[in-house]
Parts: sequence; C-alpha cells; structure tokens
Amino acid sequence: MTHAYTPGLRVAEKTTIRKSRVLPLPGEVVVKKGDRVEAESVVARTELPGKVFSVNVAGRLSIPPGEVVKYMLKREGDPVEKDEILAESKSLFAWLKASCSSPIKGTVETISSITGQVLLREPPQPIEVRAYIGGGVVEVMEKEGVVVETTATFINGIFGVGGEVVGPLELGVSSPEEVLEPKGIRQEHAGKILVAGSLVTWEAMDKARNMGVLGIVTGGVYDEDLRSLLGYDLGVAVTGSEKTGLTLILTEGFSRINMAKKTFELLQARRGRKASINGATQIRAGVVRPEIIIPLTEGGGAALETEGPLVETGMAVGAMVRVIREPYFGKIGKVKSLPAELQTIETEAKVRVVEITLADNSTVVIPRANVEMIQL
Amino acid sequence: MIEPKDLNIILATDCGSTTTKAILIEKKGEEYRQTYRGESPTTVESPFEDVTRGALNSFTELEELSGRKILDGEKIIMPARGDEGVDVYVSTSSAGGGLQMMVAGAVRSMSAESAQRAALGAGAIVTDVIASNDKRLPHERIELIRQHRPDMILLSGGTDGGTVSHVVELAEHIAAANPRARLGTTFKLPVLYAGNKDARDTIRKVLEERTYLQITENLRPSLEAENLMPARQKIQDLFLEHVMAHAPGYKKLMTWTSTPIMPTPAAVGVIIENEARRHGISIVGVDIGGATTDVFSVFDGNFTRTVSANLGLSYSISNVLAETGAENVLRWIPFNMGEADLRNRVKNKMIRPTTIPQLQGELQMEQAIAREALRLAFEQHKALAVGLKGVQRVRDISETFKEVKEEGLVNMLKLDLLIGSGGVLSHAPRRPQAMLMLIDAFLPEGITRLGVDSIFMMPHLGVLSSIQPAAAQEVFEKDCLVPLGTCLAITNTGRWGEKCLEIKLNYTDGRKTEDSIPFGELRLYPLGPKEEAELEAHPARSFDLGKGKGHALKSRVTGGVVGLVVDTRGRPLNIPKNNRIELLKKWANALGAYPNS
Repeated sequence: MTHAYTPGLRVAEKTTIRKSRVLPLPGEVVVKKGDRVEAESVVARTELPGKVFSVNVAGRLSIPPGEVVKYMLKREGDPVEKDEILAESKSLFAWLKASCSSPIKGTVETISSITGQVLLREPPQPIEVRAYIGGGVVEVMEKEGVVVETTATFINGIFGVGGEVVGPLELGVSSPEEVLEPKGIRQEHAGKILVAGSLVTWEAMDKARNMGVLGIVTGGVYDEDLRSLLGYDLGVAVTGSEKTGLTLILTEGFSRINMAKKTFELLQARRGRKASINGATQIRAGVVRPEIIIPLTEGGGAALETEGPLVETGMAVGAMVRVIREPYFGKIGKVKSLPAELQTIETEAKVRVVEITLADNSTVVIPRANVEMIQL
Repeated sequence: MIEPKDLNIILATDCGSTTTKAILIEKKGEEYRQTYRGESPTTVESPFEDVTRGALNSFTELEELSGRKILDGEKIIMPARGDEGVDVYVSTSSAGGGLQMMVAGAVRSMSAESAQRAALGAGAIVTDVIASNDKRLPHERIELIRQHRPDMILLSGGTDGGTVSHVVELAEHIAAANPRARLGTTFKLPVLYAGNKDARDTIRKVLEERTYLQITENLRPSLEAENLMPARQKIQDLFLEHVMAHAPGYKKLMTWTSTPIMPTPAAVGVIIENEARRHGISIVGVDIGGATTDVFSVFDGNFTRTVSANLGLSYSISNVLAETGAENVLRWIPFNMGEADLRNRVKNKMIRPTTIPQLQGELQMEQAIAREALRLAFEQHKALAVGLKGVQRVRDISETFKEVKEEGLVNMLKLDLLIGSGGVLSHAPRRPQAMLMLIDAFLPEGITRLGVDSIFMMPHLGVLSSIQPAAAQEVFEKDCLVPLGTCLAITNTGRWGEKCLEIKLNYTDGRKTEDSIPFGELRLYPLGPKEEAELEAHPARSFDLGKGKGHALKSRVTGGVVGLVVDTRGRPLNIPKNNRIELLKKWANALGAYPNS
C-alpha cells in the first residue's frame, strides 16, 4: 500500500530544543559552555559600524569633485563633531567663502574625488543577542554565538507574524472554542503572551498591543483582521520581521477555527510559565513554521519525545487526522480506510482518498491531500 | 549506459513545488507511448525535507498501477530485466519554490531601482531594496539580510568609472551579514554583482569568500543607460541551476538519474521551442505551478521565457490575490462569494499549499484565481518579450525614470497555438474548463488553436529529449498534447447583444453549419480531435477579426476534445457587473464546463 505522507505540525509535551543564537557580526560571546541562562540573558555582543551619512561637498562648495580633497579640513579617519566644519572654499572675500559642516558626530570614512561626496560614519553601535530560551549553553561558536539547549514543551503554529518575544503564558479564554474579544484583555495581561481559542478579533489585537501584550496564540484569525494588524495585504508567507507590536501565531488557520484540544490543553497546563514565541514563517521549500517554546524548569532527566512516530511511517488505519480544507475544515476524525483506487469527488476529479470517522460517528470521504495527522 | 535506441522502458519524474509526478514511457513495437502515471506530494517540508521521499512514493504508485516492479527497496532497478526495472531514469525539478531576492544599489532612485527592475523582470519577488541612502542603520541592513534568508542578492551601484565606495560599502554589509541560503545551510548564498566594473576586484575581495559571487555587466553603465538583460538572464540561470538545486534531497536525486536533472521551466521550454521550429508556427505556452508561472513564446523564431516567481496556485496563491485584487478574482466566480470569505480561503490554501478542492465551488474559486495568475504572468511576459534582447537600451535624461515602450514580440493575431500546462489546466476535471481558463486569461484574437498538456508531462519529455529526442517528440504528439480545439475571436469591443458575426462551417464530411452570433456570446461548435472544417466568418461593420472592421475571414480550422469556440465577448473582455453570474454560467454552459451550472 502506498504510504500517505501527510505533513503534520509538531506538538510535543516535552522535548529537547536547541537554539542557535548568533551575532550579526563577529563579536564577543559572554557566556561559557555549561552556563545556565535565562531567556533575557545576553549571550553575545558586538559593536556594529555606525550609520553612514554622505555629504555632497563638491555640490555645496560649487567645486569639481576632483578638487574636494584640496578643500577638506578633515582627512579620512579623522573624528568630527556635529556641526564641525568639514571643508571650506577659499576666497579673498570673506562673504564669498562657502563651508560645509558635519551633520553628525563620528569619523570621516571616505572622501571621493569621483563623486565629490564625503562619507561620515557615526560611532559604533553596541548590539546584544539574548538567549531567547532559558536553558544551558551547550555549544560556543567563537566570536559568533552560542547554542542554548532546554527541555521544553514545543508547539509549531501553522502561520505567524512578528518576531521573538518572551513572557509569561496567560489564558485569554477558557476553552479552545472561545473567541478572544477586547473584553477578555485586561491590564494585568501587559507583558504576557495570551492564548485565545478559535479566534482573536482585530479589536482584541489592537487593544492587546496598546496595552502591552507581547503575543497572542490563537486557533484562527480572519484575513481582513490580519491585514488591519499588518497594514497591508500579505502576498507571500515570509514573515517574522513585521513591526506590528504584537507577535501573532495561528495554530489552525484563517477564519474561526477551534484550537486543537491537545494544543489548548498543553498551553493551559503551562499557564504562568515563561514562553518564548516567534511568529517567523516561510511556507515554501525549506519551510519555517512559527514556534512556541515553553521551557520546563522542573522534571529534569532525559528529555522525553512524546511526539508520535506516525508522520514518519505514513498514515495508517486508526490514525487521528484533522481535515484541513472545506467542507469538513477543522474536523477531527479517525482513519477508517485508505482505499488504493482513485475515487471521483464532487469536483469530478479522480483522487486518492481517505475514509474517516468523525466525532459524531459519521463517516466521510476526504481527499488524502486534505488531511493532516495529529496526536490527541 | 544503454544506447538511446535501446531504451525500452523510461521512467521520468518532475519534482514540482507541490507534487512529484512520475510517468512511465514504454516502447510498444516501433512506437514510444506514455503508459502509466503516478504522483505524490513533494516532500520538501518537515518532517521529511527530502525530495526523494516524494519521488519514491510516486514510483510506488507507478508500481501499483502498472504491475511493474521498479524499486528494489529504495533503489531503482536499472536496466530493465523482463518485467522488472527501467532502462533509464530522468527528472526535472522546480522543488525549490519561488525565487525571493533582495536587491541592493548605491542610490535608491537610481541603481537600486534599476536592480529592482532587473530582478522583477527576471520573475523574482523582491523582498526588500537596500540602498546607501535608505535611511537604515548599517546594522539594520545587516540584520535584514540575515532575517530574510533570500535565495539570491543582486548588488548594483555606481556607473562604470564612477564611485566605488557606496557599492563596496553595501558589499561589506552583505559580507558582514554572512548570509545563508534559504535552502541548505551548508551552501553559500548566490550574490550577483552587476555594478560599476571598476569595483569588481574589490567586490571579489569582499564577497568571494563568504558568498557564491557571480559577476555580470553593469545594469546601469551610465546614468542615461540601463542594461538589464545580462543581469536578468544571469538571475534566471542562478535560480535554475543554483537555488533549485539546493532543495532538500536534491543531491541524492541527482545520483539516481541517468542524465543531469533539468530545471522544469527549461525542460518545458525545450519542448515548446522544438515544436514551434518543427512546424514553423508561433506558440505561447504556459506552465502554471504552485509557486511560479512560466510563460514561453516563440514568435518569428524568437524564443522568450519568463518566470513569474510570485504567481502560482499554492505557495504563491495569496500573492496572486494581493497583486490583482479581490474584485478581479471575484469577477470570475459564478456565484456570490464575499471578499472576506475569499480571503480566508485563499490564505488557508497558502498555509496548507498541498490541499485540493473537494467542492465544486472551491474548484471554481481556484480556477478564478488561475485566470488572474495566468493573465498577470502573460502581462509580465509581454513586457519582457521585446525585440532589443541584450542590446543596451539608451534612454535620454528625460526618460531616465520611466519605462520606455518597446515593440513587443507577442502578437495575438499571429499566434497559432496556445498550450496550457500545470495542475490546474492539465488536471481540470473537464477539458472545457481548461479551454475556458486559457481563453479568459490570454484573450486570443482571430484564429488560435488551443491545447493542454494531457497529464502534465512536458517537463518529462523536455528532459527526455536530451537523450532520446525521437521518443520525446513521439510521446509529445501522441500522448502529451491534447488538442482542445480552435478559438475564433473578435479583436475589438461593442454593445452587448448587437449583431456581431455570421459564420459558415463546411465540414470535410459534407456537413454544413451556419450561425449568427451577437456580441457578448461564447458558442461551441462540434469539431472533434481529428476533424477539420472550412470556416467562413463575416463580422458586422463595426467588428474586426484581425482583417479590418467588417472584413471576412476564411480559414481551415482543426478540432479538438472541446471543439470550435467562437468568442464574441470582445477584447478587452469587460464582464458587466449587473448580470455577471448569469453570463458566467451561460458561457460555462455553452462549453459544458461544469455539471449543473
């Protein structure tokens, strides 16, 4: 029988997570192998070159670019203060003198005799990389960064926006069916990551970010509400760098869809714990899905991978699946049979199907491409 | 290696971004025929991240359907022994998905803008534009490059002989980011340098070690001149040969094949170009996939290929909606659907790209989006299919910042054959659906033959033609190209319902048909795959079939599985909003496109 390799998203109660934390430029790693770090701990830092400003000296002094060097009062590498004169034209008459001052404090980077431009660079800027997850430093990459390892609950979202945030996990709803509305968001949620049920409305997202909520994990969202959050229509699912003021992770999809029971219960069980979440998503080859990492501080011992091995072996009779397309979108069922023959569906297309039994004991036939494997 | 003439059993796959399609071609007597086909989801996603899993699944399906044992464990039995194995295995791949590029230029409104035009022209999605004067802090640029994980960076800046410092500074930022390719952490990110030629040595010093640096001609050699073609071509080459080649598992796949794996669009291009040359005709071919849509054209012997990397029906489906707007999609849906509903459905397809429509309405929604993807891809193609290939385009200073209209190669009245390929066209449950989508999207004028790739095997045949061209041609003509029929269309517009066209059809078997067709109709006349008829069409005084207003057209037309379609809906096609649903249903019914429509 052909295996039905149906990608499923990772939902693990307890697993080992390793995260590389790397500087954008070589710098200094400030922790050692074996150190314990908190999510907020700085693990590496560096100084990045300052912002570059260009000054059109040739234009300002009305001289040919090739003569700029002659009129410069500063040389490449010289420090300059803000408003300090960089170059000055010479004239017998003082009122005909023209000068050019520095718009910034920094250093003279280059003087171009081709364009007549002078590039100034601001002082270097310190940059720090934090651990993002609490755990142990298991690897140090000299001058580049570290690998932090922790035992954690790990949940993949299906889609997200916004980057890494860390904060205590809090429930905004009491069930996976419930909608997170503005009234569900309170002052004490500031600085926290909120869990919604089947939906979070735009009004709730707006209130949440204004109140200082760091992130929201929800079953679904309406696309028009996502557009309101982003301020534009998302074309390609490559996200993570949005400056929305709120990291949003969907576990199920667009529209109102109940969060999977297991996912909700796991999040519920981890209420109050510090969670590290990242909405970064890339849905193409080399896929990246958003993540929710909740380090487990107690329990210790070897990490126990509780994810089922189902996805590795293919779909089989008895496996639990979720329908991921209309008409039974979001419904969960058990695989009853996997007919080998192609079957004609409503569109008149002949496709491979799976027969599943839904919670109400009814049996439905779904294209195999429209189910994903889950664990309950 | 077996001699090409001794190839009796050929296994071929196309590993697309969504599905992996395997076919079996067998020599039966003296002719090659395609016999079986299997397919499986492409397995580049987690947890597999190995394109070969999907390939093996598709082989297993072929084994089940054909009864022929192809695999010994996970190894292809080669060469064939009796009822087991195959003589050769060939493959194409586009599993790398779409092309995402960052472009960098010294000045945002000059070289960076030219670089953006070059990247867009090559079919890329430009994820961000970096420039020395973009008001970002250097570390912000560096972080951006790291975060985006683009497939490729195009770096330009400085006119030849001009400043080198700005572009070198940008190169330093790229080097500082030490960017990693999206696919495969061990590969270097391709960086294409198309800036000041005087800076090449310095750029090499800065970037060669950390990136896969390629250098091409300056795309802005002087302020007044833009020379985009070398950069465009190089981007497409890098996309095909470098980016795609790093899809997970590709290395293993390469050890299985008997000939180098060919990028899917290149293989399709080979087949289309061969067909145009063989018959001396003009062809437009389109291959609409999950992430990309490729358009190919051959007019007067000039072959042009464009890749619209952001137009497709799974990974890129939301981008089609974003680019064309909900209104343009909804105008093709023959029932009431709210914009919010459409948006949620499209986004759900985007995040779960391998799902398929189960309901009729969902199929019609995807086919509506396909029309827009095809239309936009063809627009992009027409903009690029211009006569000045590779020649430096000189602009005077007044037009430095605007596109100059060039004479296009695509001429719809000269188009002989329009071929559609890709899942939504090849696998449309009814062939009239494919014909309707092609007519609506491409708006052929005058007389045009239409065909579809029967089961999406042009890529397979393209790569096969590199080792056994005769077999590829034979299978293309006998099993691959399904003639849909011929479309006769007016080239201008008029008032709905006014007298438009009189036609006479004289079939070779002696049958005759005459009809009078008002403006705004789509009518189907039976004309089977091997049938021909003499067509005489007389447009009313204000209508044109390409011969001038009111001038008659006579031609021998060939049939297909759909027949002869006469389209008097006008060019451009404007669907009235007040009775849109009624008209869409009427047109679909005229072709028998959907059940109960």
